[in-house]
Amino acid sequence: MTEPNKLTIAEARDALRKGDLTSVELTAACLTAIEGAGALNAFVHPTPDLALDRARAADTRIAAGDAPAMCGIPVGIKDLFCTEGVASQAASHILNGFRPEYESTVSARLRDAGAVMLGKLNMDEFAMGSSNETSTYGDAVNPWKVDDRRLTPGGSSGGSAAAVAADLCLGATGTDTGGSIRQPAAFTGTVGIKPTYGRCSRWGIIAFASSLDQAGPMTRTVRDAAIMLQAMCGHDPKDSTSADLAVPDFEAALGTGVRGQRIGIPREYRMDGMPAEIERLWADGADMLRDAGAEIVDISLPHTKYALPAYYVIAPAEASSNLARYDGVRYGHRAKLAQGDGITEMYEKTRAEGFGPEVQRRVMIGTYVLSAGFYDAYYNRARKVRTLIKRDFDEVFAQGIDSILTPATPSAAFGLGEMAEADPVQMYLNDVFTVTVNLAGLPGIAVPAGLDRQGLPLGLQLIGRPWDEAGLLNTAHVLEAAAGFVSKPAKWW
Amino acid sequence: MSRIDTDTARKVAKLARIAVPEDHLPALAGELSHILGFMEQLGEVDVEGVEPMTSVTPMRLKRRGDAVTEGNMPERILSNAPDAREGFFAVPKVVE
Repeated sequence: MTEPNKLTIAEARDALRKGDLTSVELTAACLTAIEGAGALNAFVHPTPDLALDRARAADTRIAAGDAPAMCGIPVGIKDLFCTEGVASQAASHILNGFRPEYESTVSARLRDAGAVMLGKLNMDEFAMGSSNETSTYGDAVNPWKVDDRRLTPGGSSGGSAAAVAADLCLGATGTDTGGSIRQPAAFTGTVGIKPTYGRCSRWGIIAFASSLDQAGPMTRTVRDAAIMLQAMCGHDPKDSTSADLAVPDFEAALGTGVRGQRIGIPREYRMDGMPAEIERLWADGADMLRDAGAEIVDISLPHTKYALPAYYVIAPAEASSNLARYDGVRYGHRAKLAQGDGITEMYEKTRAEGFGPEVQRRVMIGTYVLSAGFYDAYYNRARKVRTLIKRDFDEVFAQGIDSILTPATPSAAFGLGEMAEADPVQMYLNDVFTVTVNLAGLPGIAVPAGLDRQGLPLGLQLIGRPWDEAGLLNTAHVLEAAAGFVSKPAKWW
Repeated sequence: MSRIDTDTARKVAKLARIAVPEDHLPALAGELSHILGFMEQLGEVDVEGVEPMTSVTPMRLKRRGDAVTEGNMPERILSNAPDAREGFFAVPKVVE
């Protein structure tokens, strides 16, 4: 089989089971693709020996005839996941040299299902960013290109998106705190789902904002997202917010169609100055679902406008607390101290050297909004607004809406460095359609739906009811089929 | 709501335990003020009688017996420490 790294997970699974392909062949093809893709800077810690060991073990399991769907499938793991004995540093200098003694629950589930880890993937430092430009490893680069510019794959899961789009792996893990799976998926023509808060265990994933963080798969098709998500989620006693709920068979839920479903179109997502192309894509998406038998309903989510400012209070507040652990004592970087420096200087110099500018900025914003005198004005007010944002969704779902269709991003991928002079708030606007979903704890999926005028992919987002990933994936599957997105980036790297 | 001046920026950096050189403080104050300015829109929302969210999914945290389930692995705990001696994390002198 030529270039098996280009197969979908579903195709590879079937070929492996039939004996048309071995996991060692498939893994070797991915490792060759990774070696030739240095220009994308997606894999920052490749693990070829480990991968081939796991591939051989997977082949033995498949031959024995009782292998789960992900057995033998090569995947990339975002650098935010702790992986035993393999560098895990959240793309931060402060975790230089950190090799965890343990494996995150999500990556352990994939490993136990037989998935083959190819290595660790680039990302924004501590998942704080929308362009993968805050990474200590340097920028990850989008395999999509329309002129001389190198484009961002989005962020924070930029390496995951680039690797999946460029066929370096069949799927990758991502994490999503404000849009970090869905925005890069949209920028690279791939599929990314953030499940309901609590569906995937957060244990062993380096924490950014604990009340918002969720892991999810990034894949080339909706079916693959269903297969990979299945292997990633489930109850974990080591995460107190992990839901003790049965996980349905997501792949089996595909193919039932959307006849009779009610799809909401929220009027507040029609932003001032929204590019005509995005507006057209959104309208086209609604038409596709209507043609498939769904009822399209105008809905209102009145507090949408306040989601971004609420998010940029809550997420930095939680981050300032979570990142307090990076103090140069237990792991990672410690600054060289001058004569007479005490422990406070050690903390201050270590953190100044170890954290990049965006992380420092968010830690300080978080520190400020939690400080005495400002806690009520900022942090508590933001948490009340969060209650209202969730209530908006609750009311819409109570009216019988099954899912909500929105654009995934306000634009297609932009050039690396193009936002360097912009103020941080400009970059935050990338998350405008995705943060509401994290604030409300809902599942959301980005599906590639078309190309813009320049030929760059654009995505649509579907938002589902809590715990209804199965229904959401089924609707996304209909949208995917109707949009018929088959474009691939031309290889230049 | 307030905007951040140089003194406040110095205080925030201190609380966050991040060393910021004195000549960077005015720029930092400007940046933080701008971001907080963006958040001031939250002041427009009527939050009278609204409870601040503590948990996004309405579920009670699981409980378990207060028992030791793991332990006795000091080498593994210390394996990533920048400085470890005699089974302990080592730091600069804290008490004179």
